[in-house]
Amino acid sequence: MINTRDILETIQMIENENLDIRTVTMGISLLDCCCDDIDRSCTKVYDKITRLAERLVPEVDTIEKEYGIPIINKRIAVTPVAMLTAASGGDPVRYAKTLQRVADTVGVNFIGGYSALVQKGFSAGDEALINSIPEALACTQNLCSSVNIGSTKTGINMDAVAEMGKVVLRCAELTKDDNCIGAAKLVVFCNAPEDNPFMAGAFHGPGEPECVINVGVSGPGVVRAALAKIPGANITEVADTVKKTAFKITRMGQLVASQAAQRLGVPFGIVDLSLAPTPAVGDSVAHILEEMGLESCGAHGTTACLALLNDAVKKGGTMASSHVGGLSGAFIPVSEDAGMIDAARSGCLTIEKLEAMTSVCSVGLDMIVVPGDTPAEIISAIIADEAAIGMVNSKTTAVRLIPAIGVREGEELNFGGLLGSGPVMKVNTASPAKFISRGGRIPAPLQSLKN
Amino acid sequence: MRAVITVVGKDTVGILSGVSDICAENNINIIEVSQSILQELFCMIMLVDMEKSSVAFADFSDRLKAMGKEKNLQIHTMQEDVFNAMHHV
Repeated sequence: MINTRDILETIQMIENENLDIRTVTMGISLLDCCCDDIDRSCTKVYDKITRLAERLVPEVDTIEKEYGIPIINKRIAVTPVAMLTAASGGDPVRYAKTLQRVADTVGVNFIGGYSALVQKGFSAGDEALINSIPEALACTQNLCSSVNIGSTKTGINMDAVAEMGKVVLRCAELTKDDNCIGAAKLVVFCNAPEDNPFMAGAFHGPGEPECVINVGVSGPGVVRAALAKIPGANITEVADTVKKTAFKITRMGQLVASQAAQRLGVPFGIVDLSLAPTPAVGDSVAHILEEMGLESCGAHGTTACLALLNDAVKKGGTMASSHVGGLSGAFIPVSEDAGMIDAARSGCLTIEKLEAMTSVCSVGLDMIVVPGDTPAEIISAIIADEAAIGMVNSKTTAVRLIPAIGVREGEELNFGGLLGSGPVMKVNTASPAKFISRGGRIPAPLQSLKN
Repeated sequence: MRAVITVVGKDTVGILSGVSDICAENNINIIEVSQSILQELFCMIMLVDMEKSSVAFADFSDRLKAMGKEKNLQIHTMQEDVFNAMHHV
């Protein structure tokens, strides 16, 4: 029989340390739904996704019951809608409404892929889609959008960066009566992964197969609890403990992923080795850093602790899964992490420190509430800085800022649920307007010339 | 398919018989039981074979959970694979 201690450890992780599978995401290619008539295109999209994902939610619910592992989200990621718009023309918001109907029919929590990949420039459909994002996110509840504006291979598309500053603001303005939630469903990427199961950035990349199951694990609470048991250990032992814990967490993700793939008759894609926090007490990445010995997340030493954590999670997780992908790293979304919220409230955690942290972890400046009167060019410049970190370090970075329209610095937005709540954080107001207005492209760095 | 039932809570009369009665009613064979009492906390782990079970896994698990609630116990029913995956390379 299995060791009693191992059994009780697993139960303890689930019951008291918030161990869960964050998401089972089905990726679906919509390339065969493109046609030159948007009505027919929308019908094909609806029919295809509802056919392929019909059993997603009930099957995943069954796995949850049989294995006793909480599976929090069931999601769908689709081919970037800009590609459909390129073929069909018409108002892309029609696709947004179709995807919302799909989400309602199959009962998924989120559907991602209202996206455009414009790292080197705009092609047909891209600009129309980007301009429609604010309206699309305001008139839907479960749709998520992302735009990739740069990559290590191509450099950064500064025209897109300038545009996205305005789009983020507009998203917040159109949803100002609902905590500016539109901006929380939009992420701007550099080096966006094509198989990411996490929202808001999930989309089904053009290199992906027809249909695939990707799984995102979680478990910051488990890592913190493991570290709490070794208070006097040196930092090598800390790294080893994180590694061992990440292995166990990921094995569970791998099991769920292979079961879901088998039961749905769909290939297994990847397990995303991310430590994804929630606002619940005991499910915080910031608290892991504090367990390592920081008074508060944001203190000097935070970047080093996060680098160690991120690396150890990957080392432990890689061996536990046959295919690793997506974002794979520790997430630091401010409003979704109880420890980050407290650190931001106290002023210990600033945007500048968060930016430094993003150079050593996935993903980027995530779920940060900024003053509603922040000019579009400052938001664009924040996006450019973050994209530069991603481009130079050959890693994914992203920006998900929520301009709090009509809310002052020090006050808070409350999104509820997994998105949490966050104080309005101070933004450096020196103007980058001239830099942003130049447009053009930042050339790809030398790091891109690996051939 | 084999499952592991874990029961944790304050020791009272009839915990083992309560769980095994539900197994028997549903044609579920008990393979192994281990139980201990740590500082008045009752802890039982039962390995069962569900191959010939007359009930769906989810219903069986709900039934045990409901019994646990009545007696103020935490009862988890999970497929054995979870523990093998997590704790064995």
